[in-house]
Amino acid sequence: MIQRLVRFVDERLGAGPALRSTLRYVFPGHWSFMLGEIALYAFVVLVATGIFLTFFYVPSDQTTTYAGSYAPLQGVTMGKQYASTLGLSFDVPAGLLMRQTHHWAANVFVAAIVLHLMRIALTGAYRKPRELNYWVGVTMLGLAIFEGFLGYSLIDDLLSGMGLVIAYSVALSIPFVGDDFAFLVWGGEYPGSSSFWPRLEIVHVLIVPVILAALITVHLLQITRQHHTQFAGRGRTERRLLGTPMWPGYALRSIGLLLFVGAVLFLLGGLVQINPIWQWGPYETWLSTNGAQPDWYLGWLIGGLRLMPPLEVQVFDYTLMPNPFFGGFLFPNLVFLVLFLWPWIGRRFFGDTRAHNLLERPRDNPRRTATFYAFLSWVFIVFAAGSMDRFYLRSGIPYEGQGWFFRAAAVLAPFLVYFVVRRICEELRDRGDHPLRGWTGRVVRRTDTGGFEEEPPTS
Amino acid sequence: MRRLLRTLLAVIGFGAVRRRARRRHEEAQARRAERPTEPDRRAENLVVAALLLAAAAALAFVVLYLVTPNTQLLGLTFGGALALLGLAAALAGKRVVSQEQAAEEYPEFGDERAQGDVQAVVEESGSSISRRRLLLGAAGLAGGALGAAALLPAASLGPNVDGTIAATPWRRGRRVVSRDDKLIRAEEVSESTFVTGFPEGATKESLGAPLIIVRVPAPELRLPPDRLAGAPDGIIAFSKICPHAGCAVSMYRHPRFRPTAPKPALVCPCHYSTFDPSRGGKLLFGPAGRDLPQLPLQITAAGELEAGGDFYDSIGPSYGRSREKPGRKD
Repeated sequence: MIQRLVRFVDERLGAGPALRSTLRYVFPGHWSFMLGEIALYAFVVLVATGIFLTFFYVPSDQTTTYAGSYAPLQGVTMGKQYASTLGLSFDVPAGLLMRQTHHWAANVFVAAIVLHLMRIALTGAYRKPRELNYWVGVTMLGLAIFEGFLGYSLIDDLLSGMGLVIAYSVALSIPFVGDDFAFLVWGGEYPGSSSFWPRLEIVHVLIVPVILAALITVHLLQITRQHHTQFAGRGRTERRLLGTPMWPGYALRSIGLLLFVGAVLFLLGGLVQINPIWQWGPYETWLSTNGAQPDWYLGWLIGGLRLMPPLEVQVFDYTLMPNPFFGGFLFPNLVFLVLFLWPWIGRRFFGDTRAHNLLERPRDNPRRTATFYAFLSWVFIVFAAGSMDRFYLRSGIPYEGQGWFFRAAAVLAPFLVYFVVRRICEELRDRGDHPLRGWTGRVVRRTDTGGFEEEPPTS
Repeated sequence: MRRLLRTLLAVIGFGAVRRRARRRHEEAQARRAERPTEPDRRAENLVVAALLLAAAAALAFVVLYLVTPNTQLLGLTFGGALALLGLAAALAGKRVVSQEQAAEEYPEFGDERAQGDVQAVVEESGSSISRRRLLLGAAGLAGGALGAAALLPAASLGPNVDGTIAATPWRRGRRVVSRDDKLIRAEEVSESTFVTGFPEGATKESLGAPLIIVRVPAPELRLPPDRLAGAPDGIIAFSKICPHAGCAVSMYRHPRFRPTAPKPALVCPCHYSTFDPSRGGKLLFGPAGRDLPQLPLQITAAGELEAGGDFYDSIGPSYGRSREKPGRKD
C-alpha cells in the first residue's frame, strides 16, 4: 500500500527525495521549542472557530430591538453587530462555546508568541543567519495584537466601543495626517459611517488572517531551510544537529501538542467565561464604565495612555502632538522598533557578528539578558498600569497615587532590573551548576604517586 | 567503532567526499535505529484505552449537541476528546513507536561563486545600454505615477476633514433633554450625582452632543468672572466626551471621596483624567492635555435647562490641526 502510494507520487511529482528528507527532518528536543508550536496551533483553532462565527455575525450598525433569549436585554435598542453576537452566543447551539474558545485562543496565541519571542531573544536564536525569520516573527506579533483588538471591537458592546473611540483618538493624534487618516478609516467623524463595520469585519476575518497565514508559511519555510537551533550538548555542535526525526516520534508528539492546545482552549471556552458581552450592554458615545478590562495584550497600550503626563506639544494655536500620540502611538512604535532592531543591537553592542546554530543560555550572555529584561520590565510596568482599577479594588490606593508610582517605576525599574539580572546571570554562569539539578561535574584527585584519578560519584 | 570510522574518513578525504560519506553513514545508523525495539505492551494498551475514551467523549459531544447543547458540557466533552486523543498521540510518540536520535548537518550558506555569478548576470544584462540613467529615470517615473494612481482610490474611503470636526449642535437657547427626550429641569440636578443631557432635536451620537451636568454649591465655585453666568445656581455643564481619548466621563467622585482626595471631581474611567467641576473643568490629574470643555447654561422661565451658547473650548479628543476657539455663538 505505502509502496504503491509513494511510487505514484514520486513518479508524477518527483517528490520522493523531498518526502524522504522531510521524514528524516530532525527536531531538537527542548521544551522551549514548543512555544512557537503552541502559537501555531492556537492559530489553527482561531481559524476553525472564527469560520464558524462569521456565519452568524452581521457587520451592521443598523439598529434593531433585541428579542433573543437573554431576558435582561429584551426590548433594548442596539446595533445588529451586537444583536447578532448575542444571538450566536445564546440562540445558536455550540455558538457560545465557539465564541469563547475563539476568544481564549486569541489570548493564548499572543501569549505564546510573546514567550516564544522571549526565548528567541534571550538565547540568541535571532542571530545570523536567522535575522530574517526573527523579523517575520516580530511582524506577526504586531499583527496578532492588532487582529485581537479588531476582533473584540467588532461586537459594539460597551467594552468594544470604548476601545474604538480610544483607537479613533490615537489615530487623530498622529501629527499632520491624523485627522485625514481617522476620517478615511471611520468614513467620517466618529462614530463614523455605516461602512465602517463591514471594513472592520473584512480586515479581521480576511486581510489580517491571510497575511498571518502567509507569514507563518514563510516562517516555517525559513526554519526548514536553516534548521532549528539547539542548545550545546554531547554530539551537538555548530555544524551538526542532534534530535528526534520528524517520523514517527516527533510527528506524533507534535500532533499530540496540537490536540492538547485544542483541548485546553475548548475546555477554557466551555468552562471558563470570557468577555460576557451581555453584561456590558450596547455602546453609545455617552456611556462608559470603570473596571472593564480589555484583553491582556492591550494592557500595555491602556497603561501607556494612562501614565503619560498631561503634555501636548503646541506651536502657537496649532496642536502638533496631542496627548494620545505619546502613549498610544509613539510608545508601541518604540517598543516594536527596539524589537526589530534587536539583531542589530546584538551585533553592535554585544559584538556578535558570526553565524550561529548553537544557542546560549540566558546566563551565558549577562549583558544581553539584562538589557532585554530591563526593556521587558519597562513594558511590563506600563502594562501593569493598565490594571490600576484592579489594584484599587485590592489595595484602596487611589488612582492618583498609583499613577505617580507607576510613572516613577517605569523610569527607574529598567535600571534596577538591569543590574539585578546581570548580577544573577554572572553568578549563575560563574558557579557553573544548574539551579535545579545542582552541580553535575566530576571531582579529579591527585594521587600519592603523582597521577590523577577520578573520584567515584558519591550518590 | 564510530570514532574509528570518523577518523578513517578524516584521513581518507575531506570536503564533499567526507560529507557525503558521513551522511551515508548516518543514514545507515538511522536505519539501524529504526529497527523496532522491544514492544511496550503496557503503553500500547494505554494508547488503545485513550483512543476508545476519546471516541466515547466525542460521541457524548454529539449526543449532547442533539439533546441539550449546554455550553459547559459541550466544552467538557469536546475538549476532553481532544485531550484524550492528544494523550494517545503523545504516548504513541514517546513509548510505542521506535525511539531514535538522528543527526543532520546544518547547511552552510554563503556560496561565493554563486553570488559572483548572480552579480555578473545582473551587471552584464545592462552592459549594452547606453542611456541607463534616462531609462531608469523614466521607468521610475512610470512606476511612481502608476503607484500613486493605484493608491488614490483609497481616498474614497472617507470624506475630507472640514469644519465639522469641531462643530457641535449647541447654540444659545437649545434646550437640554434626557436620554428619553424629556426636558431636564434645574431642580433635577442634585449635588450628589450627575445628570447626562443631550441637545433637543439633534443626534445624540455625535461627540459634541452629550453633556455631564453637576451642581456645585455656589460658594465653592471658582470660575473666571466671564463664565460665572454660565453656571446658574451652581449648575454647571461640561462636554461628556473626555478631551484626552474620547471616552465618556462617567465617574463623579462625590460625595464618597477619600479625605486625602482634595475635592469632588469628574473622572474618565479609561485613563483617569480627573477634572474639577468647581473650577470650570480644570484638569487635576491624568493625561488629558486640555481641560474639560464647559457649556454655558441658562435656566428658562419655566425652570428648564438650556444652552447659553456653544462650548467655551473645542470638544472631543485633540487632533493635530489649528483649532479656533468656538467661543460664544449666539
